Amino acid sequence: MSALKRSMTEPGITFRTIIGLEVHVQLRTKTKLFCGCLLEFAALPNSLTCPVCLGLPGALPVMNREAVRLAIRLGKALNCTIADFAKWDRKSYYYPDLPKNYQISQYDKPLCQEGWLDVPGEDGVGRVGIQRAHLEEDAGKNIHDTPGCTLVDLNRTGTPLLEIVTRPDLTSADQAYAFCTELQKLATYLSVSEGSMQKGQMRFEPNVNLAIVRDGIEYRTPISEIKNLNSFKAVRAAIEYETRRQLQDWMADNSYLFGERPHENRGWNDGRQVTELQRSKEQAHDYRYFPDPDLVSVEVGRNAALQGELNRPIDELPVARCLRFQAEYGLSANDAETILAERATADLFERAVEAGAPPKVAAKQFVNVWSKLANEYRRSIAELGIEAKRIGALAKMVEQNTVSASAAKTVAAAMLDSTDGPDFLAEQLGLIQVVDEEELAKWVDAAIAANEKAVQTILTNPKKAKASEGFLRGQVMKISSGKADPGRAGELIAKRVAGLKDQED
Amino acid sequence: MTTLTETVESIRAGQTTATQTIQACLERIEKNDGHLHAFVSVDSKRALARAELIDNALKAGKPVGPLAGAAVAVKDNLCTDFAATTCASRMLAEYRPPYNAHVVECLERAGAIVLGKTNLDEFAMGSSTENSGIGVTCNPWQPDHVPGGSSGGSAVAVAAGMVPAALGSDTGGSIRQPASFCGLVGLKPTYGRVSRYGLVAFASSLDQVGPFTRTAADAALMLEAIAGYDGRDSTCADQGVPRYAEKLGRSLEGVRIGLPAEYFGEGLHETVRASIDEATKVLVDLGAKLVEISLPHTSYAIACYYLIATAEASSNLARYDGIHYGHRSKNAQDIMELSASSRGEALGPEVKRRIMLGTYALSSGYYDAYYKKASQVRTLIAQDFAQAFEKVDAILSPVTPTTAFAIGEKTDDPLAMYLADIYTISANLAGICAVSVPCGFDPAGLPIGYQLMGAAFQEETVLAIAHQYQQHSDFHRRVPPL
Repeated sequence: MSALKRSMTEPGITFRTIIGLEVHVQLRTKTKLFCGCLLEFAALPNSLTCPVCLGLPGALPVMNREAVRLAIRLGKALNCTIADFAKWDRKSYYYPDLPKNYQISQYDKPLCQEGWLDVPGEDGVGRVGIQRAHLEEDAGKNIHDTPGCTLVDLNRTGTPLLEIVTRPDLTSADQAYAFCTELQKLATYLSVSEGSMQKGQMRFEPNVNLAIVRDGIEYRTPISEIKNLNSFKAVRAAIEYETRRQLQDWMADNSYLFGERPHENRGWNDGRQVTELQRSKEQAHDYRYFPDPDLVSVEVGRNAALQGELNRPIDELPVARCLRFQAEYGLSANDAETILAERATADLFERAVEAGAPPKVAAKQFVNVWSKLANEYRRSIAELGIEAKRIGALAKMVEQNTVSASAAKTVAAAMLDSTDGPDFLAEQLGLIQVVDEEELAKWVDAAIAANEKAVQTILTNPKKAKASEGFLRGQVMKISSGKADPGRAGELIAKRVAGLKDQED
Repeated sequence: MTTLTETVESIRAGQTTATQTIQACLERIEKNDGHLHAFVSVDSKRALARAELIDNALKAGKPVGPLAGAAVAVKDNLCTDFAATTCASRMLAEYRPPYNAHVVECLERAGAIVLGKTNLDEFAMGSSTENSGIGVTCNPWQPDHVPGGSSGGSAVAVAAGMVPAALGSDTGGSIRQPASFCGLVGLKPTYGRVSRYGLVAFASSLDQVGPFTRTAADAALMLEAIAGYDGRDSTCADQGVPRYAEKLGRSLEGVRIGLPAEYFGEGLHETVRASIDEATKVLVDLGAKLVEISLPHTSYAIACYYLIATAEASSNLARYDGIHYGHRSKNAQDIMELSASSRGEALGPEVKRRIMLGTYALSSGYYDAYYKKASQVRTLIAQDFAQAFEKVDAILSPVTPTTAFAIGEKTDDPLAMYLADIYTISANLAGICAVSVPCGFDPAGLPIGYQLMGAAFQEETVLAIAHQYQQHSDFHRRVPPL
């Protein structure tokens, strides 16, 4: 941005970028917003449909309470006020992928209003205002890849979306990028959304214009709305491009101003890395919003599940929790973030610590052991279903040198198929670390005897001594089948090698 | 002509069979529907097959439903997976739904046999069944007169003895007015009493399905079959269904019947007024007490109704664009033209008129003055009724200002046609129940009816009053000269 400012502005001209975002987040429900059809990605076209989402004559929508519950959860995390009623409106426009030719949405009473999200940035945390977040159903998909005709897939029709609208508080492409990633983290952390960009579960529409100051007078360019971006990178690139373009257009023609020129809808051409003008907002539809008479307003406070969500204390958000994990448990920022990718996993970590796990060791195991196992099973750590107590016990065993860190991996894998404690399993697998000095001495001597070259390196080449000591330690672990305590083995190796040196001297 | 109650009783008693009953109905249809045009489609094969199943079940002593073997007709805006559901529109001329309306499921579960689909004003928009894209239905009492509408086909099917009962839908009087014009009992249940799932929407906040029958007792039987909670319609009430038929015997001693001054003023035809006066005397003789009441916002009802109903209709009918189903224009260059031409070619003039009125009422800058204002007035009308029902058990009024009018008489004057709904639309706006009851004939031999309106979910009250009245009158027993 700063480079841009230098290269593009004449002396005496400064400008700032004003950005507001509309973000569509797909909610993580099993079924659609107003019918029982399943939500699955890449299913056979039109296989996930019924009379309701096809908009057939006589079919009626019925509200999915789970979608409202998830929206309340995210709304609360965004510090929003939650409406007393979930009220529904129809938004009318004609399009082939919208089978009723109206979309069920929330117009004058959005479920969530007036909140904020704190976004970390280079200059510290920036607060971005949230104007509203409302529920709506997604449309279907027009497929234009067959020459001469357009096919319509209505599998996506009725997918529950939460549309989040920010205040125009964002000031740079980088900050917008950070907002979007922060929002994704929050939504996945709260299990409100899968947040998958590949599946199109988050879509972004930045509104961008510039406030340009020349000779003490401020000029504003017309607002352009960049439609339907589906990656964080595109958000940043499109805003950067749009900033440049608007400045150029204004410099070329000083009447390119807000109020004098129409709002613009622009599309992002990812191949050319430019935005392109679509229809202008003046020709936009009259959506003829009115309350949907097929859906009764649902009083949030009267429904047990919704009320439960409403009254739950506001969760500690990932940003704050990450800082606390570092301060309270002494974790690295990276380890803390990995554990915090999902709330249930972070909760499990804290329960393990409560059960007596040393936090740092447990964190290392979450990052190096448990997350690998979880990946193998394509689940989250929490979804592996291991009790906090057993996870804590394993961390404690490593801390107390009962098993080595590498042996702990084997024990962890065994814990997946068993309800036994890690101590019992380590015993069974013969992985209990041997503290017997005699046994350790035998393994160390064997390793030294078999690797004379390494010993020589330690004695003669101080630069490579450390690496060779590590190699010998590894050999001891190998000979002992992981039963040796690597720390104690290291100490003994150093002592023996020092003894050899004395002999030579 | 036999009633529904008599029909199911004689089938159950073995005096006749379901097959014989269906065959008799088919004969009546064969004989009279060529000139009356009550039906859009009749499926005799399916009906006879179902009748055989029921006869076999009865022979084997297996349990059958309360309506076992009775033939019924349903308005052709109720979805059926076994027959096209046209809404009497060229738009849906060949449209076959993949599912059955809730009420169709209910009737067949109760053992009734859906014999066919009946004619209506296109998408239920009209008061004469002249706006049908299929053809005009004639009044069996005088075939050059309209049967009323929009459920004219269902009314005629029952009045002409083709079936003992039929279902219609009532958005502003579309059951009660044709019932009155054809000498039948027509019940509009409380909004939410009957699921709308599978009823092709005209105005969602006003539409309700209800029965046409000869007697209040038959209406009670039909209502028991179709009323009750359905999770597929979120406006459907989760409220138990009384055994209406068992509560008909209730005495009228001390029952308070309100007469709203606003419903007996200018415009009410003298013969209609005289017949209603006679009917009230019968009710007084049975012990009812008459109470003068006022429903002060009545004069706003027509304007209010035609804003709300058309606004909702403009949105409900937006889906008919020829893209996914229904008529598709062959004269279109692009996608917007395809929607526009398909609609332009296939929707009739009255439907287009209402879509345009409703679109206008919802447009940016007009919403507050029209739709929103109308919604506020609607609340006032509902309050009028709530206050009235603190003083009375039911409200008695005319159904229509006149008897059936001649075919073609009002087709050039939509406003005159709209004004004919003046006594029926308030019940829809207020969401209460109302029944039309036969109470006389004009000098030309055309039927007259009166309307009983009851508080929400008080169908048993109005049905009991109607039943007691029918025990002491015989207008419902007369048959049209066919």
